[in-house]
Amino acid sequence: MTVLERATILPEAFVRWFAGRGWRPRAHQLDLLTKAEAGRSVLLIAPTGGGKTLAGFLPSLVELSAHSLPRLRGRVGEGDRGSHGVQDLPPGELRSSSSPASGGGIKKLVSTGRGIRREGGLHTLYISPLKALAVDIARNLETPIAEMNLPIRIETRTGDTPTSKRQRQRRDPPEILLTTPEQLALLLASADAPYLFGSLKRVILDELHALVTSKRGDLLSLGLARLFRLAPALTSIGLSATVAEPGDLCRFMVPQRGGRPERADLIVAAGGAAPDVSMLNSVERVPWAGHSARYALGEVYQLIKAHRTALVFVNTRSQAEGIFQDLWHINDDNLAIALHHGSLDVAQRRKVEAAMTTGRLRAVVCTSSLDLGVDWGDVDLVINIGAPKGASRMLQRIGRANHRMDEPSKGVLVPANRFEVLECRAALDAIAENAQDTPAARVGALDVLAQHVLGRACGEPFWSDELYEEVRSAAPYATLTREDFDATVDFVATGGYALKAYERFARIRQGKDGRWRIANPWVAQRYRLNVGTIVEADMLKVRLVRSRASKVVPRGGRLLGEVEEYFVETMVPGDTFVFAGEILKYEAIVEDQVYVSRAAAEDPKVPAYEGGKFPLSTYLAERVRGIISHPQEWRSLPPQVREWLEIQEWRSQMPGRRELLVETFPRANKQYLICYPFEGRLAHQTLGMLLTRRLERARLKPLGFVANEYALAVWGLGDIVSRLHRGELSLAALFDEDMLGDDLEAWLAESALMKRTFRNCAIIAGLIERRFPGEEKSRRQVTISTDLVYDVLRSHQPDHLLLRAARADAATGLLDVRRLGDMLSRIKGRIVHKALDHVSPLAVPVMLEIGREAVYGEAADTLLAEAEQELVKEAMQ
Amino acid sequence: MRAGASSAYCRAGGNPIAGSPPSRGRAGGVISVAGVTLIADCAGALFWPDESLLVVADLHLEKGSAFAARGVLLPPYDTATTLARLAVLIECYAPRLVVALGDSFHDGGGPTRMSDISHAALKALQRGRDWLWIAGNHDPDPAENIGGRFAAELALGPLTFRHEPSVQPCDGEVAGHLHPQARIAHRGRAVSRRCFATDGKRMVMPALGAYSGGLNVRDRAFAALFGTAAFTAHMLSERRIYAVAASHCLAD
Repeated sequence: MTVLERATILPEAFVRWFAGRGWRPRAHQLDLLTKAEAGRSVLLIAPTGGGKTLAGFLPSLVELSAHSLPRLRGRVGEGDRGSHGVQDLPPGELRSSSSPASGGGIKKLVSTGRGIRREGGLHTLYISPLKALAVDIARNLETPIAEMNLPIRIETRTGDTPTSKRQRQRRDPPEILLTTPEQLALLLASADAPYLFGSLKRVILDELHALVTSKRGDLLSLGLARLFRLAPALTSIGLSATVAEPGDLCRFMVPQRGGRPERADLIVAAGGAAPDVSMLNSVERVPWAGHSARYALGEVYQLIKAHRTALVFVNTRSQAEGIFQDLWHINDDNLAIALHHGSLDVAQRRKVEAAMTTGRLRAVVCTSSLDLGVDWGDVDLVINIGAPKGASRMLQRIGRANHRMDEPSKGVLVPANRFEVLECRAALDAIAENAQDTPAARVGALDVLAQHVLGRACGEPFWSDELYEEVRSAAPYATLTREDFDATVDFVATGGYALKAYERFARIRQGKDGRWRIANPWVAQRYRLNVGTIVEADMLKVRLVRSRASKVVPRGGRLLGEVEEYFVETMVPGDTFVFAGEILKYEAIVEDQVYVSRAAAEDPKVPAYEGGKFPLSTYLAERVRGIISHPQEWRSLPPQVREWLEIQEWRSQMPGRRELLVETFPRANKQYLICYPFEGRLAHQTLGMLLTRRLERARLKPLGFVANEYALAVWGLGDIVSRLHRGELSLAALFDEDMLGDDLEAWLAESALMKRTFRNCAIIAGLIERRFPGEEKSRRQVTISTDLVYDVLRSHQPDHLLLRAARADAATGLLDVRRLGDMLSRIKGRIVHKALDHVSPLAVPVMLEIGREAVYGEAADTLLAEAEQELVKEAMQ
Repeated sequence: MRAGASSAYCRAGGNPIAGSPPSRGRAGGVISVAGVTLIADCAGALFWPDESLLVVADLHLEKGSAFAARGVLLPPYDTATTLARLAVLIECYAPRLVVALGDSFHDGGGPTRMSDISHAALKALQRGRDWLWIAGNHDPDPAENIGGRFAAELALGPLTFRHEPSVQPCDGEVAGHLHPQARIAHRGRAVSRRCFATDGKRMVMPALGAYSGGLNVRDRAFAALFGTAAFTAHMLSERRIYAVAASHCLAD
């Protein structure tokens, strides 16, 4: 089909509209329209700026305009506009289903009652990961709808939508509804879902690559499975950035039927201009360790000066704070540089976004809070400070520069230390090859399934057999066993305990007809309050007050934002830290408020406020190993980094691509063991925990360990080297995979990370309830501590559904056990030991982390003993 | 005060204070309240050797099923866990009298919801000794079928055992109710543990129940009891008890 032929499928009004704007429909937009009209589900992969959103909506707009034109005439004739409370709708939104009298035979509202069929209803449902994105898209769609005078009502439904409007939306749905996965779950859990969605023709899934990688994706997949059951004529359109496995997304979008995987069609938009990405070639010395990138900020500042608007991406909130501070220190030209991260107060964030859209800012220092979607105006440069972590991630970030497809996006990578130089080099190579490293498809989580099962019972009663089939049609749950499904239903009903104690307290019960329904209306009410898979850490509000000389309980003060409770927990009044672009002194906590004052200090005492850490992708790790094991590739590295590697080769040796290099050396009366797995900080931390347990058993008196993205350092008092030489200890045994058995289990029993993981699962699965802001204080006394529940459940029923769910999360989440397992099996029989006299060049970066961010064993007695010692010291003075 | 706290404390593995009875392999510390020498067990119980008296506070038995009745289906294993803890203590100290310091059941319906197995376990623990249930705010009334005797409080020598600490200064009071726990931070890491809170005159015991949460000792409630923050938190750990001045502990 030629472009001309394809263009003929566009109705006249659309052709005129495109022409009026001086645009031509793009090939992928027309391809998508053709396939959609043929009743196919389609995944569109297009770079940012490719007219992706319009492409996604075009089929629905075309269909709806064709359907409703006659009715439009009738209605305008009757002049009843405005008689149905539509004043709140912006101009250009023409109501189509508003009046039974004006139905014109196309769409008729028969009844609003439960259980009574009505005509009309939703035509298209749009789902995005961000509610801001839904609102933004609604605004953008209003332009073509108004300009073409299309009789289409388009509305959003998010957590912010007022109750009255939500109720009206159910009674009288718009043609197009824009919403989030959580809101979809809520809509599906109501009795009138069959009537609301029965006529649904299309579901549009935006930023699908971002949605599918988390439990929100699991929840969405289950919602989709339900939609496909409710709406026989439903097809889907997915919109995504480039991913490694588009096939996974194609499967996600359509119901699976067992046997061969079903897939949506795939359209890949012609790539725009290749991005122009480079690494900052600094004239300064690249530091050995650290994440401040302070050495390069002068050069970064010059880059900002030389461009219209720059986005400066960093990996953690603490980095964002630090770099923002440092840039202002050297901001002699008073450039408008702003800060944006997820912990800042919403009002403050909106201000920055507004300034950005109107082009009033020269740069924004931001975290992943700006990673997704919404268009922030005329960005012509993306600077990424720190490790890229993943090639696809980097491409998506750089795509934020220049939302025009035919011009190259410009990006500059700024490594903060020497290892990051290697990582940046690997990312550049991957980008040049257009290699992708997005995560593999998820296996659906059981806690999310439990939430969905309860939601289903809140809607219509269900038969187990039927729901099992429906759930398995969702791609992440395609391999779900009947046993696990039944265990989940059992969990929802009575907690799933081996000790059948709670039959009389069941939340859902099986009726005589064999269908499961909720036991009482409270269950549905509670479900609605707890829906969703995002479990926020307990957050405290940060308020700025004047430093108090007297012991007055501070009140009021300007709201700066929120921090995680666990961060504040480790601070003592008087400690200083950086937040919201200022150095602050911690004064007090009163209920859920942290009171802080401006600090005079130049150097904050508590440096780390982490948040939004990403692990190094396996793919990039592999590439970095490749670079260092091939000296011929070192030519592409800056001379100082090359020299560093050459000295390592001379002093010790380089880690090979497949093997694990282990170095040992004495230093200041301690024995150090350094290994270089290149598997990311999370996996290394888990390895560190397990390794110290083993060393403890071998009486090697380990004292501590520290991990970074590339290496792990363990130190202790015992003489590891002579034990190795005498053959009393073997590295093969030390690094044996069996540490993932009993050692892991024993550690998980007391791991705070594991307890946090369990808590998230317990909340998602509906075992315990969310805490809501404002209720904190009153509820704290009544809320059950999940740590206590974890301990009890673990000792009585270790195979309980929630513990299995938590372990599955630990495998890929905070503990990254799976990656550690893959590494241990990869290095089996390939451990190379170098006994050195002193620290090697490659070990310096991780050694420098000691004392900066040391991670000690979880056994807390040392801390208790030290606290007690302090007391003793004080008492003896 | 601080010096007093450390002198009242005897390190596990160190020399036991002269005249104190052997702790039969249990680790803990020695705390004195109103001049009475008591063994603070690291499980959170108190043993008075001279009277062969074991005191436990806030068992909150059947808390799991109390939540379940409201639709929060917590694991139904808390009663068994708490009774097992009690069993270890009773086995070790072989007390003549056990005093449960109130809130022994999470609510009035607890005894009837308790399983037959747990009833039998409780009965076995009571065999051959006296058992006194002190009334708590969760269980103000005597219950049937749980053995033992019932009282609002117990006065014995210089000590008074009651559930809720009295508002007035009260020498020799041993109470529960508040579930004290203390938090300390060191090198950027925080540890939170149940604790005995005492200024040498009165004491608030930690909760023994498997699902009993804690209240930070920096909460106003404790300052009100002790007058100031000049009291000691004896923090529990697996093997021993650590005495930390409350003023060194962190707020939540």
